Amino acid sequence: MIRNICRRLGESVIVLLGVALMIFVMLRIVPGNPVATMMGEHADLAVIERMTAELGLDQPVYIQFIRYITGALKGDFGTSYSLGKPVSFLMGTAFGNTLKLALFAALFAWALGIACGISAAARKNGLADHLFMGVSLMGVSMPIFMVAMLLQYVFAYHLHWLPISGINDWRGFLLPAVALGWNSAGSISRLVRSTLLDILQEDYIDTARGKGRTQAGVLIFHAFRNALLPVITMMALQFSSLLSGAVITETVFSINGIGRLAVQAIAGRDIPLLEGTALFTTLVVILGNLAADCLYDILDPRIRKEV
Amino acid sequence: MEHNILEIDHLHVVFPSSKGETSPVNDVSLRVPAGKTVGIVGESGCGKSMTARAVMGLIHAPGRITEGEIRLCGRDLRKLSEKEYCSLRGSEVSMIFQEPMTSLNPVMKAGHQVEEVLRLHTDIPESELKQRVIDIFRAVGITEPEKRYNCYPHELSGGLRQRVIIAMAMICRPRLMIADEPTTALDVTVQAQILRLMKDLVSDDTGLLVISHDLGVIAKLCDYVYVMYAGRIVEESDIFTLFDDPQHPYTKGLMDAVGSLRRDAEVLSTIPGVVPSLAHLPAGCSFCLRCENGSDRCEKELPGLIQTGPGHKVRCHLMKEAGQ
Repeated sequence: MIRNICRRLGESVIVLLGVALMIFVMLRIVPGNPVATMMGEHADLAVIERMTAELGLDQPVYIQFIRYITGALKGDFGTSYSLGKPVSFLMGTAFGNTLKLALFAALFAWALGIACGISAAARKNGLADHLFMGVSLMGVSMPIFMVAMLLQYVFAYHLHWLPISGINDWRGFLLPAVALGWNSAGSISRLVRSTLLDILQEDYIDTARGKGRTQAGVLIFHAFRNALLPVITMMALQFSSLLSGAVITETVFSINGIGRLAVQAIAGRDIPLLEGTALFTTLVVILGNLAADCLYDILDPRIRKEV
Repeated sequence: MEHNILEIDHLHVVFPSSKGETSPVNDVSLRVPAGKTVGIVGESGCGKSMTARAVMGLIHAPGRITEGEIRLCGRDLRKLSEKEYCSLRGSEVSMIFQEPMTSLNPVMKAGHQVEEVLRLHTDIPESELKQRVIDIFRAVGITEPEKRYNCYPHELSGGLRQRVIIAMAMICRPRLMIADEPTTALDVTVQAQILRLMKDLVSDDTGLLVISHDLGVIAKLCDYVYVMYAGRIVEESDIFTLFDDPQHPYTKGLMDAVGSLRRDAEVLSTIPGVVPSLAHLPAGCSFCLRCENGSDRCEKELPGLIQTGPGHKVRCHLMKEAGQ
């Protein structure tokens, strides 16, 4: 199993390098001079040229890339053109906020999704089933900004229970976390329900009932453990996408996170910042997949055997 | 004195569907005496598995028992609450399911799955559980039981899995064990081993109910046999009488079908026609459409179980009651 994880880690490094190269090359293919944008309309041509040379943007792309990678390995991702601060510093601060937001959102989504999924499956076509599946359909189909604004309207504007935006304390995270997790909760509860219903048809469920397990016991100890396999994969992927920045949620609730940083970088043609955020997103997605694979190995003995 | 472990009287199981109700189990009565092995034989879909499930209280919805009594050692099982039933399953009545390949939970170690039964029904201390499981593994002929304890089902062969399932069914020493096609999914050589093992399962105060479509399995294991056809019992008798002197045309057909294999016949004997759909059973004898000697009466009037000899009953209009 350890060997397997190492192999996947190796593969991940190659993927990461490939993505870094692609981002790097693409950003240099797009027309327009970032330095000119940075200096404004009325900048002197000579100044622009000097600045371009200073930033190393006049060098061939491969040299720029090698420089970038060697810097990145030392933790230096360059300095943001628009904000004038090191990219690593900016991303560090933003990532802290994004991480907290993602954790809150994921906890909310998983707890709600799993609980609703199990209770819906426990009584197929029962009241809970129809209710939860109806609500979850809403969860899956409602756009985030709408959920976010509804929440703001009800809980902040109307009831004054929670701050309307900003994250001065943990209460500030509640609304954005619910808005962000709402969608995931919907899809997780539907996946948990349908997987459980499939598994409840399996022969080993009869065996477990024959042992004297109650209906609830069978659901929790036998069916759920098996249902976890696809659910874990979905959760890991969802979490990595939550971590890589929730552009809309962060914007609506004015949270200074990775998503907002990326939008800023795109708008300002801030190449180092854009490369930094894009690379970071890739890394998080790769790690999420890796985590899903490892969990799969732990949970499913059949896979453990094959590798 | 001989007493019965299991008594089923006039059991009806009904499945409602959009096309009307079907009755996979129709007025079934049977007995499993202490110390005996009783078999139910019939084609697939004849209701034999459903009868077993009814005893376990595990009929899948929307099916349900509408009439009849099921008594285990005198206790009326239909009056039990779900909770009481759960404490009964696994400890007093257990079932060996049909498919060893899929009847074990794929993500749990074999040993733990057997241990679970002990956890549910006994107060055996945690430290002794493993030893108990290893002991029972040894008893059902699992080689290297310590090693197998930690195996996952996919690491075990079909025969070993069936032994694990048997261990699971017998570890609490239930009064009644039900084996639903215990050997159907296994290789012939392994079948013989499992049958030998099952023969030893029955002690003086327990009973075994074997369900099979295979007359060979029934002949090897059982003391007494019920033949089922389309939800009804059509013949019942002790094993020797049944094989010496089968009376119901359906039983005869079954015997001929097996017999023709043995006699090296050019043309294999079959029962003409197919099992009728449970939704469209004739008002009379359900076998009349396939019976060579079927008459108008057979089609219209349901024959009762007629006693044709000591302990031998047949549901057929062609039979004469013993002594008449």
